[in-house]
Amino acid sequence: MTLNMWIAGLLIFLLFRYLARRPITGKSNGGRFLNFLEPFVIYVRSEMVYQNMGEKLGRKFLPLFLTQFFFILFCNLLGLIPVPHFEVLGVEFPGLGTATANLAVCAGLSLTTLFTIFAMGMLEQGPVKYWKHLVPPGIPVLLIPMLFPIEVVGIFIKSFALTIRLFANMVSGHLVIFTFIGLIFIFHSYLVALPAVLFALFIYVLELFVAFLQAFIFTLLSIIFVNMAVHPEH
Amino acid sequence: MQGLIAHLAAGLGAGLAVIGAGYGIGRLAGSALEGMARQPEASGDIRTSMIIAAALIEGIAFLSLVICLMLALKA
Repeated sequence: MTLNMWIAGLLIFLLFRYLARRPITGKSNGGRFLNFLEPFVIYVRSEMVYQNMGEKLGRKFLPLFLTQFFFILFCNLLGLIPVPHFEVLGVEFPGLGTATANLAVCAGLSLTTLFTIFAMGMLEQGPVKYWKHLVPPGIPVLLIPMLFPIEVVGIFIKSFALTIRLFANMVSGHLVIFTFIGLIFIFHSYLVALPAVLFALFIYVLELFVAFLQAFIFTLLSIIFVNMAVHPEH
Repeated sequence: MQGLIAHLAAGLGAGLAVIGAGYGIGRLAGSALEGMARQPEASGDIRTSMIIAAALIEGIAFLSLVICLMLALKA
């Protein structure tokens, strides 16, 4: 799992370093694969970040959310390649698993969101104003001591839900495939093997969709939460 | 005995969570489809909001499924 994460990071670094230099050097031809990546970047930029945060503020946060989106996407997609643990000529290869199917990785990813919510909320609004604006204005004064802890805990719960959503989505797909393949070994029959493999293939294709969807959802919810922290309710 | 009850609780809990999440996502998709049919020009915005809301419901359902999984595995 750690190896998978490093591969994803390295791939992103190599691909996007070249892609990001292209506007500076003015070369428009990046080959088929890099041109294929560009619409994703444009989609994250204009449809997700700029539409929710506005262009002025969005430009500031764009690198964070692009990194989050592509890191999760690459981790999810690399996790779909089944590479078992094997040994060649005494050299051990640990095998690849889905990095995002590890609770620690998901928690680390959503910690970046949690940190951004607090840090940028306090930087943009000022520390005192941020904590004051946590409670929506216009409510009775008696309710404030009750609502304030709820709002503070709510921020942590949002990040926790981000963690669990990504983790459970990635694990559940693998578990279903595992169960379908396991049926063959339980029943010891060729008759079961064909439908089981076909169902597993179907779930695998579904997981391909879920890999994109979860990267999208994680980034979009991060954008919405950070936007809520930066822009207080009026 | 205790392990048996924990397994039972995990199974029942998973079923109940799926009922709730299925009902929620079903209502959500039904309303979204109705809105899209009435206003086809707004279907892009409706689809995005639908996916966000579906993910929020799904997140809660998955939270309970993880708890069920922990119950079943720790028992």
